[in-house]
Amino acid sequence: MTTVRPPISDFDDAFFWEGINSQKLLIQRCGDCSVLRHPPTPICANCGSMNNQATESAGKGSILTWIISQHPTEPDEEPRIVILVQLDEGTRIVSNLIDVAPTHDQVLNDKRVEVCFVDYDGTILPQFRLAEMQS
Amino acid sequence: MSGKRAVIAGIGHTEFSQNSGRSTMQLAAEASLASIRDAGFSPTEVDGTVTFSMDTNDELALIRSLGVPMLRFCARTRGGGGGASATVQLAAAAVESGQADAVLVYRAFNERSGHRFGQPVQANPDPVWNWASPFSLNTPAKVYSLTFQRYMYEFGLTNEDFGRYTVVARDWASTNPNAQFYERPITLQDHQDSRWIVEPILRKLDCCLESDGGVALLITTAERAAAHGSDAVPILASSAIQLEGGHEMFAYYHDDLCEYPEGRVLGEQLYRQAGITAADIDVAMIYENFSPIVFLQLEAFGFCGRGEASDFIKDGHIGRGGSLPTNTNGGLLGEGYIHGMNNIVEGVRQLRGTSSNQISGAEHVLVSAGRSGIILGR
Ligand SMILES: [Zn+2]
Repeated sequence: MTTVRPPISDFDDAFFWEGINSQKLLIQRCGDCSVLRHPPTPICANCGSMNNQATESAGKGSILTWIISQHPTEPDEEPRIVILVQLDEGTRIVSNLIDVAPTHDQVLNDKRVEVCFVDYDGTILPQFRLAEMQS
Repeated sequence: MSGKRAVIAGIGHTEFSQNSGRSTMQLAAEASLASIRDAGFSPTEVDGTVTFSMDTNDELALIRSLGVPMLRFCARTRGGGGGASATVQLAAAAVESGQADAVLVYRAFNERSGHRFGQPVQANPDPVWNWASPFSLNTPAKVYSLTFQRYMYEFGLTNEDFGRYTVVARDWASTNPNAQFYERPITLQDHQDSRWIVEPILRKLDCCLESDGGVALLITTAERAAAHGSDAVPILASSAIQLEGGHEMFAYYHDDLCEYPEGRVLGEQLYRQAGITAADIDVAMIYENFSPIVFLQLEAFGFCGRGEASDFIKDGHIGRGGSLPTNTNGGLLGEGYIHGMNNIVEGVRQLRGTSSNQISGAEHVLVSAGRSGIILGR
């Protein structure tokens, strides 16, 4: 059983975690100039707008980089594959790859992934699976 | 050289150990007093301080131990070890502008026997950890490895390539009596036999040596140093670079994950200020919490091309007799991790001609903490 440290929602990212709780991967979008940004910011650096909206990501992207997270000496948790995903919309997000054995004798860079939502003992996190069709 | 130019007039430090057996305040005070005396100054002449925002030694508590009657300038750097060289930038700005006459820079901690930075975070220190710790990115080794992995993938490197850096660092440390790994050189096989921290990226011997200790510098102007008979080393350039989208630890949002953009811009700033190029650097002191960060910095500062650091190291450039002796004290892996400040001390020693691993004729030394840096010179 994977135990996760829950996020501590802040004003600026509250919409993101609310979205996750309803199984939506949201990306902050400026209501005026439409620029996407993640992690969220309180003001759009592109145009100075505070009209912060969000758009739902299609949840598809590719793995830029990955590691296997496992504490070297303490049995603190099951190994998890940590990934940095380049979403097709253009922003990046840190997440985990699930349903893949956490071994390093594989190449995961640039693999296509799709979002899913997993409830870890009350904490819902966006997670990713390898996409059915690798393109 | 203008008499108003800032110089490092004094250096001081405690022993570097795994258990100092005394308070961090005592470490700070010992190092501070040593640096003031080394410069030929009296504590009564110190009127400014700079330390890290992370340092736990309060300025007012420290001056009660030193006999400094008055401070008119106190500053702290942003971030963590990336700000090591920014201490010198702040102190230099203070003395060159006349805000202070003699600035004491100090950093002291019990980072091995007390709070260890390498351990998993216990609570999200700030909201940025929401994009890491729920996904098990909870130690510096893991956080940094996520970028190192792409670098390895892109250029076909293995952990052995990183090990070649450690072998060089331990060789330098082996002849530096201040180093915790004095007289303990290693082979590449020793490196490969050390346990994994983040397989297949970092082994134990790729990680800095968490340490207890204190380091201090006394920074003043050239003319004041001359009046005190200090063996002063001029600060030819100093800068600290922050880029939009960057983060001290989570360098995940820059376009190119295989470069250190803050380092590249920092190098440009430093070379311009000093009026020199990378080819003029005789000794490089490069902050390394983990060995791969040296590779990224060698490339960022233009000592070699993109993806070429592995060959640069393999070809012997950074070791004894090489074209760019690097981390000649053994660095943070070999001498000890005093948050990068001990690398500044070594830079001063190289220019004074007093290093245990003296590079003859050294005229320009780069001391980089990645996103802050200085060039010291004669
Ligand atoms: Zn906007």
